[in-house]
Amino acid sequence: MPLLRVQDLRTRFHIPEGTVHAVNGISFDLQECETLALVGESGCGKSVSMLSILQLIPQPPGDIYGGTATYAGLELLGLPESDLEQIRGAEISMIFQEPMTALNPVLTVGRQITESLLTHTAMSRREARDRAAALLEGVGIPDAVRRLRCYPHEFSGGQRQRVMIAMALACDPKVLIADEPTTALDVTIQAQIIELMAALRERTGMAIIWITHDLGVVAGLAQRVIVMYAGFIVEEAPVEDLYADPRHPYTRALLAALPRVDRTRRERLKSIPGAPPNLLVEPQGCPFARRCELVVERCWAENPVLTAVGPNHRAACWIDVITGVPR
Amino acid sequence: MNDSSPIVEVQGLVKHFPITQGIVFRHVVGAVRAVDGISFTIARGETLGLVGESGCGKTTAGRTLLGLYPATAGTVRIAGVAVHEAHGAELLAMRRKAQMIFQDPFGSLNPRWTISSIVGEPLRVHHLCQTEQERVGRVKELLGLVGLSARLVNRFPHEFSGGQRQRIGIARALASNPEFIVCDEPISALDVSIQAQVVNLLEDLQARFNLTYLFIAHDLSMVRHICSRVAVMYLGRLVEMAEKDELYDNPLHPYTRALLSAVPVPDPLVERQRQRVVLQGDVPNPAHPPAGCYFSPRCAEAKAECRTAAPPWRNAGGGHMVACHQ
Repeated sequence: MPLLRVQDLRTRFHIPEGTVHAVNGISFDLQECETLALVGESGCGKSVSMLSILQLIPQPPGDIYGGTATYAGLELLGLPESDLEQIRGAEISMIFQEPMTALNPVLTVGRQITESLLTHTAMSRREARDRAAALLEGVGIPDAVRRLRCYPHEFSGGQRQRVMIAMALACDPKVLIADEPTTALDVTIQAQIIELMAALRERTGMAIIWITHDLGVVAGLAQRVIVMYAGFIVEEAPVEDLYADPRHPYTRALLAALPRVDRTRRERLKSIPGAPPNLLVEPQGCPFARRCELVVERCWAENPVLTAVGPNHRAACWIDVITGVPR
Repeated sequence: MNDSSPIVEVQGLVKHFPITQGIVFRHVVGAVRAVDGISFTIARGETLGLVGESGCGKTTAGRTLLGLYPATAGTVRIAGVAVHEAHGAELLAMRRKAQMIFQDPFGSLNPRWTISSIVGEPLRVHHLCQTEQERVGRVKELLGLVGLSARLVNRFPHEFSGGQRQRIGIARALASNPEFIVCDEPISALDVSIQAQVVNLLEDLQARFNLTYLFIAHDLSMVRHICSRVAVMYLGRLVEMAEKDELYDNPLHPYTRALLSAVPVPDPLVERQRQRVVLQGDVPNPAHPPAGCYFSPRCAEAKAECRTAAPPWRNAGGGHMVACHQ
């Protein structure tokens, strides 16, 4: 049985301009100890789907109107707040993109790390403080005991992200959701954080869901990749297969639009025409149809379902991209 | 397409921002050395990439170059005009030839102005159109050049997506028929699928109008794609500069090597085999840079002399410039 099973999850937002169809029925499994990457452009629903699972979407304006999310046999959607608090931070925890805004500027880092320990465990303040120092040491911040008394502004961007990771790991979660943890950081600091996360996963055996828009980062750290577009999953595959043999026109176009640092230039970049669809419009047909090179009549009327195209490899397209003929 | 005479010549450019203390008796207590003596030239029609991490001074360098900040020391000549000494008509003429595309497509367009006013402003400032009708015609032509419909002239910036706004910024930069454009991270705020569109547009415009670009970026993959030469900056100084393939295939400075090895490659098989040089620690504070080579505290190969003397900017052969004692 998978550690986390999400089925047909649907989230929308009711705003004055209409209804934003953010997540339109996504299903996936997360196995124990696995690193799963969730890839897509801004507004494709990757963060909203994760926040929905943890019930961190304010309702209203948010509205999780369908689906299930089962964690270790327990249904998370519709669980009362008091029970959810036992899960969040202890079993499933999350790291956010902006280490500058996700930390509270008026509380010391030590206070923020010990908060979840004091909430979820029976530790005394002294024990929690010792554990926090060990955690900070574990994420590579030297002089941890003294640094616990510092405030977030006294840390650099990379160090703040390390503090966020220490906070997320405080209660040994089984699942860590990392929402673009390195996007705000420079490449050399990004490399440090990726290396740290890989070492931590090795040590703790937790499962990681890594949300990102960077297909380069994904290649180095994930075992399985889910590609999202306009609130739908369009492709899901083991990482080697996705890069060697992408089966959705969107994935193929994204990979073709990326220049590579290790290769000299051969030709112009292949750009994807147009822009992602307006989520205020009720989705009809395939969401990528308007930008797709291989579009056929059927794409406008019916949205293709995810179907198996290989071992553990699923794609949602009416066309077989290898042969160019409809399925 | 490059002719030999450089269009931009930068010699020993320095830009320090004073750090002040006190309210009544304000006095300078130090300086942030944002740009600390950089020299390079850009040939007509080429694209020079300026890369480095945030806070290394690349944006300040671009802005000082155009005279948007007064320089602390050093000279910049654009198309023969000394930027920081020019006044009046000479300065205005220089500004017509040298334009800028900004990083943030949301902050760089006035939200209360229509697209027509935004793109038409350089035309008004430089008196390039005699009549209002001519100006609107030229604005429509410019929008067409960057792939936007001429029907959009009376819309406001909030009605456009990030990629479209960046196109508007490009149209504004093109309005005065410039020869040289500083592109300050023009694509880093855009999604991957839109980045390729904007990069291709910049290349098409360059070929069509023989433009010269200074392309400031932190995305080293894109820089390798678009630039002909690349300069690497660290803490206000240039550490290395070479033809792009020479720099990427044969980096001489330890910082360049670390930077390149940190860039992820979208290929799991390559990623698995790569040897990463992971730098320790963070970039030092530019108000208190370390002695000697600025990179020495983080450099795995640093020797005693690196911590005392700044390395000279030397030619390592074939125009491959590097500042390293090794």
